[in-house]
Amino acid sequence: MGLLSKKDSKLILDPLTDNNPITIQVLGICSALAITAQLKASIVMALSVMAVLAVGNVVISLMRNIIPSKIRIITQLVVVAALVIIVDQILKAFSYELSKTLSVFVGLIITNCIIMGRFEAFALANGPWKSFLDGIGNAAGYGLILVIVGFFRELLGSGTLLGFKVLGDPIEKTGLYALGYENNGFMLLSPMALIVLGIIIWIQRSRNKALIED
Amino acid sequence: MENRTDKNSYTIIFAIVMVLVVGSVLAYAASSLKGKISENQRIEKQQNILYAFGINENDETSANFVAADKVAGEFSKYVTKQLVIQDGNVTEDDQAYLIDVKKEKSNSKSDESKRRLPLFVGEIDGKTMYVVPIYGKGLWDAIWGYVGMDENMVIQGAYFDHKGETPGLGANIKERYFMDDFIGEHLLDESGEFVGITVAKGNADPTNQRKTDNAVDALAGATITGDGVTAMIRSDLKLYAPYFKSLKNN
Repeated sequence: MGLLSKKDSKLILDPLTDNNPITIQVLGICSALAITAQLKASIVMALSVMAVLAVGNVVISLMRNIIPSKIRIITQLVVVAALVIIVDQILKAFSYELSKTLSVFVGLIITNCIIMGRFEAFALANGPWKSFLDGIGNAAGYGLILVIVGFFRELLGSGTLLGFKVLGDPIEKTGLYALGYENNGFMLLSPMALIVLGIIIWIQRSRNKALIED
Repeated sequence: MENRTDKNSYTIIFAIVMVLVVGSVLAYAASSLKGKISENQRIEKQQNILYAFGINENDETSANFVAADKVAGEFSKYVTKQLVIQDGNVTEDDQAYLIDVKKEKSNSKSDESKRRLPLFVGEIDGKTMYVVPIYGKGLWDAIWGYVGMDENMVIQGAYFDHKGETPGLGANIKERYFMDDFIGEHLLDESGEFVGITVAKGNADPTNQRKTDNAVDALAGATITGDGVTAMIRSDLKLYAPYFKSLKNN
């Protein structure tokens, strides 16, 4: 990457793999379980978190020398809540259709622990540019897992991908369903997201032994 | 020496300034966008009503509204009369579509006769259609919809929406395969009494051939949302039954 120094590109690439916020740090599990029943919702959530985390990281980083340490968590919470409300209002005013698809997810961003985690662990100690890259990287790592989980849950649970019936029609009995295949309704329930996530963590750690803790 | 930002006085001043700044930014954003947001909501209401009339841009599988810039024209073209029914008295009101069904419902808990019931009358292909809004509760939050009927309370079009039902499960009430199931269903039984429509598990009629059984096929994994749809159809459409009865007697 010519555009970014080696250190900077590490900020983006590390969270995608060996320092993934979901599979390694086990942050942001709540939303990973709640909204991954459909691929579309996963993608939308990933992009929203990316916007909020990147901007929030920059704001916190700019304010890092004036935030009193006693109330820093509250300050971070105020920043992320304000950002989320503004994003929500702007979407409602200028992209009403999209805001309806997002509905509750926008509000859910506030409770995403990755955001508070990155503010606290990174933005408070680093400059704005680095914080911006860190925000993009961590949100991308989060989004990657969300999309993988969403892909399998929608495919196996509903037999669709982004709403398209890729496996045939379950009522008309076409495609795979003609052979007696059935959708697994379990996949649509949150516990199955945890199991899919567990399998991802298992695969990742068995491929890279360095990640296994004693 | 103690760090400047660790002092109590600094902390308090910082907190006050932060609240003031963030508060005014949010207030400014909310008030400057308010007009646009309520305009969007108004357009959406008209789109919903038109959808229940059967005026939409549906393709084979997905539900699509009339485009936002065409709504106003289509709405005045197809919706010929907007009525408000209150305690049996019918009045005309061209702002009836702005009535907040949720508010009307909660205001009239103690006294049903207080409730203002909006009713939209339109003419589609020479047939008179009646659309009414309904409002109820799903699993997590509010659900609502618009139901279009003919004068015999046979459903001609239905639109459902929700605030926060589970994606992939309860949220599917706004999918075509669920909403379209209602079309042709009878709300009255054979003797003409109002019974509503039950979202039924195991009614063994997945392609919905039987239109007079007062039931449609439920969504798997969305029992409580489905029960909510049943309940809101029963409770809200029931209030209109006397009006449709009087239509027949005249």
